[in-house]
Amino acid sequence: MKKKHFIVRFAGEGGQGVVTSAEGLAQAATQTGYHAMTFATFPSQIMGGPTWTQTRISTTPVRSAGDELDVLVAFNKEGYETHRDEVRQGGVIVYNSETFQLEPDGRSFGMKFDELAKSTGNARAANMVVIGALAYLVNMPQPILEEFVKKRFTRGRAEDQEIISSNIKALSLGRDEAAKSGFNLGEIDAAIPPKYPQILLNGNQAIALGAVAAGLDFYIGYPISPATSILVWMERNLVGPGKFVYQVSSEIEAITGVIGGGYAGKKAMSATAGPGFSLMSEGLGLAWMAEIPLVIVDVQRGGPATGLPTKTEQSDLFATMFPAHGDVRLPIIAPGSVEECFYAAATAINWAERYQGPVVLLSEHALSERNQNIAKPDLSKLRVESRKAYTGSNGYQRYEAKELSPMPLPGGPGAYVANGSEHDSIGDTTHLAERHIHMTERRWSKLHLLEDGTFESENADASIAILPWGGSKGPGREAYEELMSKGADLAWYYTMFLHPMPPALLAELRKKKLVLVPELNYQGQLAFILRAQGVKAEAVTQYTGLPFKVKDLVRRIGERVKAERKEGVRA
Amino acid sequence: MSAKNPEYDFKWCPGCGDFGVRRALEGALEQRRTETEQPMENNVVIAGIGCSGNLVHLLEGPQPFGIHGIHGRALPIAMGVKMARPELNIVVVAGDGDFLSIGMEHIAPQAARNLNITAIVMDNGVYGLTKGQSSPTTHIGVVTSSTPYGKAEDEVHPLELYLTLGVTYLASGLSSKVKDLSKMIVDGMNHPGFSIVHVQSPCTTYNDTYELLKGNPKKGIEPQAWPVPDGRDVASKEAAYAVVRKGGVPLGLIYQDKSRAPFEERVRQAAAKAKPRTAAQLIETYAI
Repeated sequence: MKKKHFIVRFAGEGGQGVVTSAEGLAQAATQTGYHAMTFATFPSQIMGGPTWTQTRISTTPVRSAGDELDVLVAFNKEGYETHRDEVRQGGVIVYNSETFQLEPDGRSFGMKFDELAKSTGNARAANMVVIGALAYLVNMPQPILEEFVKKRFTRGRAEDQEIISSNIKALSLGRDEAAKSGFNLGEIDAAIPPKYPQILLNGNQAIALGAVAAGLDFYIGYPISPATSILVWMERNLVGPGKFVYQVSSEIEAITGVIGGGYAGKKAMSATAGPGFSLMSEGLGLAWMAEIPLVIVDVQRGGPATGLPTKTEQSDLFATMFPAHGDVRLPIIAPGSVEECFYAAATAINWAERYQGPVVLLSEHALSERNQNIAKPDLSKLRVESRKAYTGSNGYQRYEAKELSPMPLPGGPGAYVANGSEHDSIGDTTHLAERHIHMTERRWSKLHLLEDGTFESENADASIAILPWGGSKGPGREAYEELMSKGADLAWYYTMFLHPMPPALLAELRKKKLVLVPELNYQGQLAFILRAQGVKAEAVTQYTGLPFKVKDLVRRIGERVKAERKEGVRA
Repeated sequence: MSAKNPEYDFKWCPGCGDFGVRRALEGALEQRRTETEQPMENNVVIAGIGCSGNLVHLLEGPQPFGIHGIHGRALPIAMGVKMARPELNIVVVAGDGDFLSIGMEHIAPQAARNLNITAIVMDNGVYGLTKGQSSPTTHIGVVTSSTPYGKAEDEVHPLELYLTLGVTYLASGLSSKVKDLSKMIVDGMNHPGFSIVHVQSPCTTYNDTYELLKGNPKKGIEPQAWPVPDGRDVASKEAAYAVVRKGGVPLGLIYQDKSRAPFEERVRQAAAKAKPRTAAQLIETYAI
């Protein structure tokens, strides 16, 4: 039987081509009609340090980077030793024999990555040598890869031809080396190229594009892993009349700057990670209090404090939902795939405009670095919302209504004071109890406008449910399907709208005997919040800095369900 | 209560210097409205926290837009509003605690950008609203409620600091000289860049410095305030340093450099090197 998918891990030092190889393989695969997803993890330093990436190629859309390796590409001995145990039975290890040697063991072969590349006249083609070898191992036809090389290096430069031919030569050299080794993993099934147009990008790029597609025209940021690439993208691309992008001196300047932009009528956004988000707390309280539309992206990393800046975790849910002092609970959208990153960003902008307040887009490191092929978004079908602006005459009372009211913009009628102190209908400070009651209820009431989020549900009659969130959706879904195929009776739920959660979803969850929440944090933060809302939720946690493995979820959920059923029988 | 809003429940103490600053700002805004023939709504007054911050609610007459933000952050909020809408006139009102203590970190970047706004700093050398604690401009050794045995820190010299950070318009005023102050604010608004009008605005409750500033011949008190002589080269930084280092409180225009481009112009010039692309075009760059 032909293989449906193929998982390769690249391990070595930062700077050896570990990342470019994984991304190159994903590009080659998607250009030839396969689906692909990459995963990357590395230490927090500019060069060097143990780095690894993974690419999964499949004939169907990919949900997770996969557990067991078909191939390990070891750029150095440390990479080999750290990852060799994750190669499946019958898998193959390709190593750079310039950096270390192995005795023949029936599953490894060495080749000289850099020497082979240099022999083509292009020392930078080492990753093509590797990709050539990988293609041989799964019987991917050479013309497919040559096509990829031509596409990738045709950039209208005089030296394009030379670069293309050296890279094609590198592919062949890798292919020959793999052929000499005698290993073969069997043929990968033919690609079923999707009928729709596609794009290949990572989560942070998808967030940037989604925001711009929804009309983002104002961005202020401060560098911080793993959100920096959004700032860099914006600096390059958010240009043109009426647009502003700038790197400021701190996250405090970033949040207060976007408050200024949102107040003045712009669709304003900043992206940060945990430490920067903490600095934004007071400003977020001001945006909530004064009713200023803006979006903050938190690309989660391991915390607290500096924590694990280049690893993944889902531990900022409490901090982003309840960031400020006083009665504040921010709307949160947490995408679970690269495609969802695009739509989550667009919806976050829409939500901010619609309810006139701050919205958090909660992403995570694993999504930010994940390259994935997705359907090209159809902008003609994308809903783009803009706030209700006040256009009447002077004498208007901006905060008078019980709920939402049109927002005056500077330069136009209806001058008021956007006030972080409790205020009356024109924004003047007051301490009257009835005003605090009126304004508190006004601010909370507006959240109902955001209860239009969608959710997935399947086998909804089952009494035990799985509800992963964010990036745990992929491995959660794969685990769910495996458990169901083994005869389990479980309901599946998923939403990226964590607050406000779709009311119909919450109502269904409240009826369940048990809702299991796979999440990457110690406390089980979403499960905690769900329990406070009357759901019998229990977290399945992990805090390694890495995403869930499907097999771990299958085992742990399986055991928990079994225990629950036994308890049920006893009762 | 304010003249326009009986429900508003804040008031300054009798004799507070901030009354004079308010009148000066009202006059400056009105003059600008007449001169530019633009509506009052084209002005945004952005305040931090403290007695000074309440000025935004107490303005009488035609109302500008306002923001009463959080402690110390009026400058970056103003940066956001100005860069979103460069055609608006932005005024920041802040106290010495708000501007020079918690907000100190924001002065340098705005000066480096030459953010095109006018900041009016009401310096009373004390935290008034929290009832009399020491501030960055409180002198060393002074007893306040938070320095019961005398302040251990040296005082900040704001005028010299602003010059060093690169502010391009600097004037120093006294709250009781409303007409002079109003002119400084108008000139600051007309200056294409980062303008600071630093005002001695005494706190009659916790740090009444009127007598020290103006002098009292009967008691033999020499005035600390002295007028900056006319006819100086206001573009000379050396001359400006000489003025602020002379001691006491100089009153008048201290420095003005019109040669440095304002922030919005710098950003516009940099962005002119880029080719704007639509969302659809940007998406297309990721096509498989």
